[in-house]
Amino acid sequence: MLDIFDISIQMVMAQVAIGLINGSFYAMLSLGLAIIFGLLNIINFSHGAFYMLGAFIGWILLSYLSVNYWLALILVPIIVGALGVIMERFLIRKLYDVDHIYGLLLTYGIALMLQALFLNLFGVSGEIYPVPAILEGTMNLSFMYLPIYRGWVIFASVIVCLSTWYFIERTKLGSYLRAATENPELARAFGIRVPILVTLTFGAGVALAAFAGVMAAPVYQVSPLMGVDIVIVVFAVVVIGGMGSIGGAIIAGFGLGIVEGLTRVFYPEASSVVIFVVMVIVLLVRPSGLFGKAV
Amino acid sequence: MRIVFFVSLAIFALIAPFLFYPVFLMKLLCLALFASAFNLLLGYAGLLSFGHAAFYGTAGYVTAHALTNWNMSFEFGLLAGVIAATLLGLAFGMVAVRRLGIYFAMITLALAQMAYFIYLQAPFTGGEDGIQGVPRGEFIGLIDLKDNVNFYYVVLGICVLSFLAIYRIVYSPFGQVLRSIGQNPDRAVSLGYSIENYKLGVFVLSAAFSGLAGGLSVIVFELASLGGASWHLSGEVVLMTLVGGVGTILGPIVGAAIIVTLQSSLAEAGQWVMFIQGAIFVLIVMAFRKGIVGESLDPHSDVRKALRNIKRKATDKEAALSRKSRGGEK
Repeated sequence: MLDIFDISIQMVMAQVAIGLINGSFYAMLSLGLAIIFGLLNIINFSHGAFYMLGAFIGWILLSYLSVNYWLALILVPIIVGALGVIMERFLIRKLYDVDHIYGLLLTYGIALMLQALFLNLFGVSGEIYPVPAILEGTMNLSFMYLPIYRGWVIFASVIVCLSTWYFIERTKLGSYLRAATENPELARAFGIRVPILVTLTFGAGVALAAFAGVMAAPVYQVSPLMGVDIVIVVFAVVVIGGMGSIGGAIIAGFGLGIVEGLTRVFYPEASSVVIFVVMVIVLLVRPSGLFGKAV
Repeated sequence: MRIVFFVSLAIFALIAPFLFYPVFLMKLLCLALFASAFNLLLGYAGLLSFGHAAFYGTAGYVTAHALTNWNMSFEFGLLAGVIAATLLGLAFGMVAVRRLGIYFAMITLALAQMAYFIYLQAPFTGGEDGIQGVPRGEFIGLIDLKDNVNFYYVVLGICVLSFLAIYRIVYSPFGQVLRSIGQNPDRAVSLGYSIENYKLGVFVLSAAFSGLAGGLSVIVFELASLGGASWHLSGEVVLMTLVGGVGTILGPIVGAAIIVTLQSSLAEAGQWVMFIQGAIFVLIVMAFRKGIVGESLDPHSDVRKALRNIKRKATDKEAALSRKSRGGEK
């Protein structure tokens, strides 16, 4: 069948690999969005902006304070997570009693502010973040040469996703989180401090976005526009996976990355819309998403 | 009071092209119509669409194409745009109205982004360049629209008729059902209304009016571009409606006037306009959820209460002062 398209297996595998890299970022971002949505019931439009912020803080730390990549991978999520905690505490918290769409609008406003701020400071042209020395070079996978850094991105993202899933589904604190998602009043009645849990969850979700941002810095250019480009795609990924489903977000993230990569082989013009087309089909067939519970 | 207000508004609208740049006024009117169409959906049916630019942009491209390449007249070109937006509204609506609230916003945003990417690549839109040099033509074959003042009155007429139509829709039995769906969907279902059909109906209506606004604006600027279909414009129409007041007839018009004026007066500030827009979003959501018109109509609004308190304190102080001074005279 491949002969008909005159496309070599190498090309397909190469695009699948690129798809997996994009999918790693979709998975990490949609995971954060899904966790935040599950507990706070808001769609965090600023998720992409925090991803961009993560990449930029990483770049600023490297350029001005020569903080290396590995340290940035730890420091940046802490910094951005702290910002998220402040944002939840002083802004989002005031909106829990009103319609959920106000949460979306608030975070949209914050996303605009952050994006505009960085556009003013650094302009549209991206900044380059060098690949850390240890991860330079390429691996020979027989069908293609994979830059080692990109291999590391896939590896790290799988680890992060799995450990987040494990934390939420298998640990005690994770069970508190699930209880608070299911029924916040009852969880409080059992002595779980839900407001603190909510604050920390938002901080953690945002920190995850920042982590993805630092990971992305050497792959893509560090640009103020990198967040909006990805966040709308990630919205579609979350809708496809099923809102609030942690596993669904991860699987849909990687899966759609691959679908996008394959589309680039067979019909390149459609690669930027294929995820949205999949979303439409999924919504028509299963309105609550592939892994979501029917609402 | 009301009559005085509307008469003075009408007089202002009639003499405005001699006071301000007519193209600026036409842009304002187009966006006011766009925001009113958006408000039909959010303000009454309670549906937040985050992809309304798709309808505005689609109608713009179709109108521009019809006028430039098919040599259609002004009226038919506009009509072609409205029909395109209506059909797209039907298609998007059938996918989106199945989900509520936040999902609805995300799905409309994603659908609009899909349309944006298609327009970015499709050959007939001219990609990044857009369709340039759209001819303005003549209105009903009589009035030359190349003259900005003439065109202003035509745009004013179309927009005023559309505002009246929207007013009529909102206060029709259909509008009443929409409001009941917005306020309590469960009860609307139990009363026997098929809420999905009503939602789809208002979604398509809103798309059609957005298309009218988009088509008009393309003829005004003689240019159809990607900006008309971008997520940024979708956000802007939400902002205009919020600033003016969600669920009020005048709100979106006031909001559009404020945002367009803000943009043109800050044109040199570049990206800071976006920053200010973001800040206004945050401010409105945190403090003035009813918007300017909404707050000023609502006698129980917090802002009014605060103002009243300040006034009362001031009068109390005055009274106390005057009592004191009178006491002193004695």
